[in-house]
Amino acid sequence: MFDLEGYGHLLWDGGLLTLKVGLFSMVIALLLGLVAALCKLSKIRILDFTAGLYTTVIRGIPELVLILLVYYGGPTLVQDFAAMLGRDIYVDLNPFFAGSMTIGFIYGAFATEVFRGAFMAVPRGQIEAARACGMGPFLSFRRIQMPQMWRFAIPGLGNVWMVLIKATALISVIQLPELMRNADVAARSTRKPFTCFFMASLIYLLITILSLVFQQWAEKRANRGVRRE
Amino acid sequence: MDIGVIIDSVPEFAKGIAITFEITAISVAVGFCLAIVLSIMRVSKNPFVWMPVYGFNFYFRGTPLLVQLFLIYYGSGQFQEFFSKVGLWHLFNEAYFCAILTLTLNTAAYAGEIFRGGIEGVSFGEIEAARACGMSGVKLYRRIIMPAAIRIAWPAYTNEVVFLLQASSLVSIITLMDITGVARVAAARTFAFYELFLFAALIYLALVYGVIFVFRKIETRITAHLVHEASSS
Repeated sequence: MFDLEGYGHLLWDGGLLTLKVGLFSMVIALLLGLVAALCKLSKIRILDFTAGLYTTVIRGIPELVLILLVYYGGPTLVQDFAAMLGRDIYVDLNPFFAGSMTIGFIYGAFATEVFRGAFMAVPRGQIEAARACGMGPFLSFRRIQMPQMWRFAIPGLGNVWMVLIKATALISVIQLPELMRNADVAARSTRKPFTCFFMASLIYLLITILSLVFQQWAEKRANRGVRRE
Repeated sequence: MDIGVIIDSVPEFAKGIAITFEITAISVAVGFCLAIVLSIMRVSKNPFVWMPVYGFNFYFRGTPLLVQLFLIYYGSGQFQEFFSKVGLWHLFNEAYFCAILTLTLNTAAYAGEIFRGGIEGVSFGEIEAARACGMSGVKLYRRIIMPAAIRIAWPAYTNEVVFLLQASSLVSIITLMDITGVARVAAARTFAFYELFLFAALIYLALVYGVIFVFRKIETRITAHLVHEASSS
């Protein structure tokens, strides 16, 4: 039953692309999350409001709708806009780029909340001490807040990654040959849909297990300087 | 921006909302009952009881919903003979049934772990007091542990229901005409991609915050006595 009739390599290649898409999306999510978290913590009202709007709206819309909106809606929107200005252009989005940007944009909203909590968990006294030592806001942010924040952020970011890597399966609807798409191709050619999708699910499970192990290691490492009670 | 396309498709979207609502509501209701059972089995000390549940939860939480959906909808075709023999093929041949089955199993796994956390959070004094009053087994769970566990787990469960509502958009991939399905078909017909997908997004946004509102209301209701205590002390 578990004979993939030579389509095993297709699933493997798909798995590698899934990891690539996932990592690329995660980088975007981390950058966006960091920026939006700082906006939320800033005293400038408009930044706080914009970041709040971003997290509220994004978390209320399904990933699939956003992926379809960006991949199919994005080019037509740009073309309509260009036509309004009297220009005729043709826009075509790359599925890898469109997919990982969208996934990164969505999970950036979740990362924002994680980073915000992590920054708030750094004891206030440390920042005061840094100021007392003569560090300005940027220096104390770089030397004190940023390095210590990670310790509180890692468990939450681990969760974001775990949900994100599963969400990359949705990019298969815009024909990116990642794990899910390739499993679909293999299922159609071998006429063994259960076998193919089950093997694909095991690869996802493997990624999840490896991520859990990595997360535990990272947590241990991040907490290595903390005294145990 | 072509507003006319959106206005023309409003009747279809109304049907789509009904389908999304129906699929989510049935999955949440059945999944809730299943999750209660799973969470009680999960805290059992007998490895033959908790280990299968652990495996089930791990599988359904560790793989994408889309894989699970395809595994049940397309995968069942590989066992057509068997399903026909036991008289279940007409069910597995139906996208609607497969969608609800997948979403139910998926939410049962997630909610099962959430409720397990709730059960473990019930204070031991309450259980001790119940035992002292002579309660044990089913009565202890029904009267003391589960109500307290659900109260503790409710905020996390609200998030799970919101996720399930959003995840129900995946059923459009197996041809069901929910909100996303209606948007996809209408967009393919009219080429008004961003108008229709934006409209669909707005509907989901309204539904999600509607669900959050309702679940918060339930939360204040089931924790009413605790709020009262906190404010009077």
